[in-house]
Amino acid sequence: MQVYLDNNATTMVDPAVTEAMIPFFSEIYGNPNSLHRFGTASHPAITKAINQMYKAIGANDKDDIVFTSCATEANNWVLQSVWIDKILHGEKNHIVTTEIEHPSVLSTCKFLEDMGVKVTYLPVNDQGIVEAHTVRAFITEKTALVSIMWANNETGMIFPIQEIGEICKEKGVLFHTDGVQAVGKIPVNMQEVHVDFMSMSAHKFHGPKGIGALYIKNSQKLTPMLHGGDQMGGRRSGTLNVPYIVGMGLAAQLATTNIEEKMESIRVKRDRLEDALLGSLSDVFTVGDRNNRTPNTILISIRGVEGEGMLWDLNNALIGASTGSACASEDLEANSVMLAIGADNELAHTGIRLSLSRFTTDEEIDYVIERFESAVKRLRAISSSYAIVQPTAGGATLACHIHH
Amino acid sequence: MAKNDLLGGSLWDQYSNKVTTLMNNPINQGEITQEECDSAGHKLIVADFGAESCGDAVRLYWEVDPANDTIVNSKFKSFGCGTAIASSDMMAELCIGKTVQQAVKITNIDVEMSLRDDPETPAVPPQKMHCSVMAYDVIKKAAGLYLGVDEASFEDEIIVCECARVSLGTLREVIKLNDLKSIEQITDYTKAGGFCKSCIKPGGHEAREYYLVDILADVRREMDVEKMQASADAGLQGDFETMTLVQKIKAIDAAIDESVRQFLIMDGGNVEIIDVKDSPEYIDIYIRYLGACNGCASSSTGTLYAIEATLKEKLSNKIRVLPI
Repeated sequence: MQVYLDNNATTMVDPAVTEAMIPFFSEIYGNPNSLHRFGTASHPAITKAINQMYKAIGANDKDDIVFTSCATEANNWVLQSVWIDKILHGEKNHIVTTEIEHPSVLSTCKFLEDMGVKVTYLPVNDQGIVEAHTVRAFITEKTALVSIMWANNETGMIFPIQEIGEICKEKGVLFHTDGVQAVGKIPVNMQEVHVDFMSMSAHKFHGPKGIGALYIKNSQKLTPMLHGGDQMGGRRSGTLNVPYIVGMGLAAQLATTNIEEKMESIRVKRDRLEDALLGSLSDVFTVGDRNNRTPNTILISIRGVEGEGMLWDLNNALIGASTGSACASEDLEANSVMLAIGADNELAHTGIRLSLSRFTTDEEIDYVIERFESAVKRLRAISSSYAIVQPTAGGATLACHIHH
Repeated sequence: MAKNDLLGGSLWDQYSNKVTTLMNNPINQGEITQEECDSAGHKLIVADFGAESCGDAVRLYWEVDPANDTIVNSKFKSFGCGTAIASSDMMAELCIGKTVQQAVKITNIDVEMSLRDDPETPAVPPQKMHCSVMAYDVIKKAAGLYLGVDEASFEDEIIVCECARVSLGTLREVIKLNDLKSIEQITDYTKAGGFCKSCIKPGGHEAREYYLVDILADVRREMDVEKMQASADAGLQGDFETMTLVQKIKAIDAAIDESVRQFLIMDGGNVEIIDVKDSPEYIDIYIRYLGACNGCASSSTGTLYAIEATLKEKLSNKIRVLPI
């Protein structure tokens, strides 16, 4: 058996989605902007996909949902264009974000800092979230934008987006949320929150890679990042990626229809896995209150077992998991979220993320429980943390200080 | 960046078969107890290096025969990734049968070389080289404990890049000899900074005492000073076009002193340099005639040609002399 438990990195494309995309490669391939029948043939499918997107997130017809190449593009677009509109061509000079955003937000913020923008990176509490009152405290007269994720990719913890939105509305500050880990996992309804911009990514909810979208409330001003043929109403140029738009629309619909039921089914499996690991292994703990987590995610820390070593053993057992953000899994750093949470430094290198999907089965969970436990057993047998014979006098090292 | 860098590549696929095999089944994993050593009349040495909070920790066990300082058995325990476990295992293996004095000469590079499947292909990808460095450090620590000396006494030079074991002295020499101007060049010439990258600049995986950026800046500064001194010492010998303004004026003065001024003075005149202006095509030298030269017919013809020709010959073909 092989088990994929890395669904916060990417998901399998739902076979129904693949099937819906196929006609738009070699049969209905015209450019939607062309006047002839080859071009217009794709219009009904694109319109359907747009409607599916609006319905999936409860967007109003006055709002825009603009398809992009990925959520990284959507995040870059908001940050860089708010910089142009409100800072270069305005009176503002400040952006508020958090320490644990996705790299596409954090790296863009670092770039904007180099350009002279002041950026505040809010710390998270021991639950791995930023509380709304903290956001309020850091908004100033000069603040142009608050950018805070809806749910975190590593912990699954859900941020108080409704409260933060109200604060931004009251203060007259633009609010962007990276909704990549929320859309398709938990109910997202733009009528119930005050959000100006929200980034989304199809491949996180069983759609294809290479397509994302940006929600823009009330079709408000945001200078385009891609200039060209004025597609998407001039907001984002580039020939429409018809098969992927069709795929994203259907994937969004499949993921959000009866989402409460789907969440419950995933949550039951997740809780069973989490309870089994916490029950059978000593010196392990999971990050964040389950009730405020996306229902598919577990971030578990295993004392004495280094994260990459654990991934290696799980991989040998044909189980795909992660030590954190897949984008960062090649570097040597400790899990940044675990450090931000203020977890014991010793545990910052011991985090393993298990993320389920609606395709995860009970048999797979049983298998993972068994192999996870044997991997921990083997690695703890090798681990210096569990050694019995103590160092010769003078032979112990002091804990190092993590700098990051 | 080039074609091969576009897809990051799989870290684990770059491990040698030996690394993979030892990670899955480490041979020398385990502990040596005091009782085992006592019964054989041997000495037990246990040394730690690193910590869980750093992401890597290793404990090295030596059973040493005090009669001849020979390590008769060695084991390890490791908190770390596959490379750390495999390197620790190879390190313990390399220690067995050596005297403590021999073992202390084992470096992380020896460990990495022993983990290779063939001599030409690295056992681990560059960013994992760092994991083998602890093997070297923990051996020094164990040897220090056994011999009762400070582990620092085993180092006779300052190592800037631990992964490639490149010393401060080597780096300074290579930068100077090859006129290196960038970190990339330093890495190409010495391999320093090519692995875990901690030594390149502050903010990497671990804090270092010396960073390549600072060493490069220091050496370049020293080289500039040396160059200026050399051109000052050499007088007219230096490369005129790259001189600073003050150096240029000095060089022009020296050239005029040598070949022209004496004739002007004989005729009751002199010349002074007012300014020097560089453009891509010309170096314009503005001069003012003094005394009898001032107003002399030849000052805008023959004398001027003579001054210009002298300076062109001695300093640069780009020179134009303009009397004001």
